[in-house]
Amino acid sequence: MTENNTKGERPGFFRRVWNFFTRPAVAIAAGTLLLAGVVLGVLFWGGFNWAMEMTNNEEFCISCHEMRDNVYAEYEGTVHQSNSSGVRATCPDCHVPKEWGPKVVRKIQASYELYGHFITGVIDTPEKFDAHRLDMATSVWTAMKKTDSRECRNCHDFEFMDFTLQENRAAQNHQAALDQGKTCIDCHQGIAHRLPEDYLNAYKDVAARVEGR
Amino acid sequence: MTKKPLISALTATALLAAGLAFAQSAASPVESLRGAQVDEQVAVEDVFHQDEKRFARSYRQQPPLVPHSIDQYQIDLKANRCLSCHDWTNAGERNAPTLSMTHYMDRNGAQLDHVAGTRWFCNQCHVPQADAPALVENTFESSGKN
Repeated sequence: MTENNTKGERPGFFRRVWNFFTRPAVAIAAGTLLLAGVVLGVLFWGGFNWAMEMTNNEEFCISCHEMRDNVYAEYEGTVHQSNSSGVRATCPDCHVPKEWGPKVVRKIQASYELYGHFITGVIDTPEKFDAHRLDMATSVWTAMKKTDSRECRNCHDFEFMDFTLQENRAAQNHQAALDQGKTCIDCHQGIAHRLPEDYLNAYKDVAARVEGR
Repeated sequence: MTKKPLISALTATALLAAGLAFAQSAASPVESLRGAQVDEQVAVEDVFHQDEKRFARSYRQQPPLVPHSIDQYQIDLKANRCLSCHDWTNAGERNAPTLSMTHYMDRNGAQLDHVAGTRWFCNQCHVPQADAPALVENTFESSGKN
């Protein structure tokens, strides 16, 4: 290994990087190095999660006009924004997974949305948004169908429902849905945002695709 | 001697009456926003909830009432939430009453497979039912036997 490094000659870049990670540090105590590593690790990890949370609230979502003028305006007044119990579900509660792994995956996918915002401007007018609405709805439906409506289930669960307290129609359909293994999005499309034309057939296609029919 | 107490009693009564009248006339222009005395209970107006049982029709041509909540149902140019259960394509699966045949007939009398444009806005005729008093006094009498 060291035979190539003749004295006085500066090794190449890759060799120097290799040495940085494989040779022991000469002038710093192992404890100091360890402590510095731990402190830096905490700072980086905390900073990473802090920065990710910065992008995970309603204020951030509606800092773009596409969200503020279209989907956020539609969401205002719906049951997830204003209701008798005073519990509110904001954008990331439904659209970003709570578990860390899926959350990071979703955040990486979201970088493509930045491309749409800054480069192509694919939905930068209400008309363009409406023209694109079925595509976007389809991708959200597909994600929800695939994950058994995971984000809904952060709050709602068949197991926690008292069917006797529900309106008759709701109670009957929820019990039927439970028996048939249906998931929330199978019936509850467009509860917070406007539905596009022919949405039901589009959703049936999504369900058939995900269920492999 | 007996006249004096009588006169003073009369004067006192007159004064009291005048005082009351004055107090009333002075009080009337100032009215609390609440419109009631402090010790008076003011009940909140009743909220009439959806009545879930099916209401009988009050006259033969009456569009049936909606026996469930339709809050926030989207019925516009793009979508109609009612049809996601009540259209003939979905009614069986969703165990819901199907639209009558008349709703699939266009203005020229042609039968269609999809709901006629003239019937698209359900809540122009079908409204949610509530067991609430009539908004205006009226003399309507049901032509049904009920």
